[in-house]
Amino acid sequence: MHFPGPFALIDANNFYVSCERVFRPALEGRPVIVLSNNDGCAIARSNEAKALGIKMGHPWFQVRQAWPDAGITALSANFALYGDMSSRLMGVAAGLGPEQEVYSIDETFIGLAGIPGDLARRSHAVRSRILQWTGLPTCVGIGPTKTLAKLANHIAKSAERKPGSYPAELAQVCNLAILPASELDAIMAATEVSEVWGIGPRIAGQLRMLNVRTVRDAASLDPATVRRRWSVTLERTIRELQGQPCIGLEQQPSAKQQIACTRSFGQPVDSLEPMVQAVSEFAARAGEKLRAQGGRTGQMLVFAHTSPFQPGKSYSKSITLALRRPSSNTLDLVATAARGMRAIFKPGIQFMKAGVMLLDLAPEGQEQEELPLDNEGEASERLMSVLDAINDRYGQGAIRVASAGTQVKKREWEMRQQLRTPRYTTRWDELPVART
Amino acid sequence: MSLCLPFLSWRPPAGFPSPADDYDHARLDLNELLIAHPLATFFFEVSGRSMEGAGIFDRDLVIVDRAIKPAHGCIVLAQVDNDFTVKYLRLRRGQPELASANPTFPTLRPAEGQQLLVCGVVTAAIKRFTRTRHF
Repeated sequence: MHFPGPFALIDANNFYVSCERVFRPALEGRPVIVLSNNDGCAIARSNEAKALGIKMGHPWFQVRQAWPDAGITALSANFALYGDMSSRLMGVAAGLGPEQEVYSIDETFIGLAGIPGDLARRSHAVRSRILQWTGLPTCVGIGPTKTLAKLANHIAKSAERKPGSYPAELAQVCNLAILPASELDAIMAATEVSEVWGIGPRIAGQLRMLNVRTVRDAASLDPATVRRRWSVTLERTIRELQGQPCIGLEQQPSAKQQIACTRSFGQPVDSLEPMVQAVSEFAARAGEKLRAQGGRTGQMLVFAHTSPFQPGKSYSKSITLALRRPSSNTLDLVATAARGMRAIFKPGIQFMKAGVMLLDLAPEGQEQEELPLDNEGEASERLMSVLDAINDRYGQGAIRVASAGTQVKKREWEMRQQLRTPRYTTRWDELPVART
Repeated sequence: MSLCLPFLSWRPPAGFPSPADDYDHARLDLNELLIAHPLATFFFEVSGRSMEGAGIFDRDLVIVDRAIKPAHGCIVLAQVDNDFTVKYLRLRRGQPELASANPTFPTLRPAEGQQLLVCGVVTAAIKRFTRTRHF
């Protein structure tokens, strides 16, 4: 395993809301929430909305009733916009260090091995550049392990959003790797154990019963005991908190609200077929993760880019594709990924990375009803469970989709999007307007 | 971060041909001519007549590069009172003001407490005489 640390985690603040604000400055300073397309629940909140007490997953009709006079703006998710802004964010963020893992639509780990000088200063410069180039505010956390970088990011965000929660100089950019031991100790003691990456509510509850309440408490646990009592996964998290790298780049421990599958290539790729193959494989893997958590996806982001640390022409392109209807079917996902790659591929480019991200996730069984004009539903579900069982038994990719399939049926199913803003950056007929 | 490529690279006739030269024979791409920083470039549609003197007319499209530092005399995209506007940027004693390219329109000097934010530099305008598509 290769650990090109120290690591930085760059994370956009309230990403979906920030994307909307770039093109609608009037939303600045006001409570804004973004609603999921399938059920109208909050999937992103501005700081003002968080301060009101609006929670993730809060249904809009309840929010409207509970805060009738708060002047809340609710918007339907505009995934075409978020996908494009994400690809810009990732492209600029890549300048921070030689290795990058796109972790989710709004978070990226950067491997900083070999970067000389003051990492915090460099991070501030990259953060300003992201803000200037894209309009998106971000925070950067730096640490000797990915888990500590994630923790540092939480501190950078909290110090900015809630002054007084942490030392003010840690706002926006927080480098835990250079803090004096006493300061690091105090910060860990002031942070709840549930904030640690990889410690979910269930384990946090068990830890609290044993009086392990803060990050400092967790970091002082004995890794061997943790492995015996819980799992290797938690042991790894504890070791990472102690500063020992156990999680490399592109080795993702758990699924989140979005599922991302990305990889850097061993050597540059410049032809279409291997690129289509790569994203087909990512889409198949993403499909497995999706089915494992019992979900469906309505939108897929496909991206590919060059490395800013390689000579040659730089190129970065992404596309957000809507599935005909929410699906967890590998055949649908692979076909969509292949269609996306064909749209963004450009000859003459030395691609170093590609990826697939599933957005707009909904639990199984929440899909929009559609007349059963083609009875693929049940049969394909059975096909998928057989596929997963075989791949589970004989290894990943034992059975896979041979042809990615280019025929795309016309989209018959439309999302409810009355509150959606224009697709400012992906449609010529929806450009933002500037008055002269 | 920006990369400027010539239309054709010239090399002496002797020597081993470089595979990179293949690229030089790709069909001309307007993106290369017009966009230096793709990650920082956005398109806007213009509404209004105050920049006609600069060749920017109602319904033209403008290309905005947020990576270029705005300087005195640039045409910029700015944010005033939560609206986007395209104007000449003038710096008077370090204070920004937004000038029109049409004498019948006033220069915009931010009032006390009024926010003027320069977002990016307008690098080109696109004017079409026929519309081949529905947009």
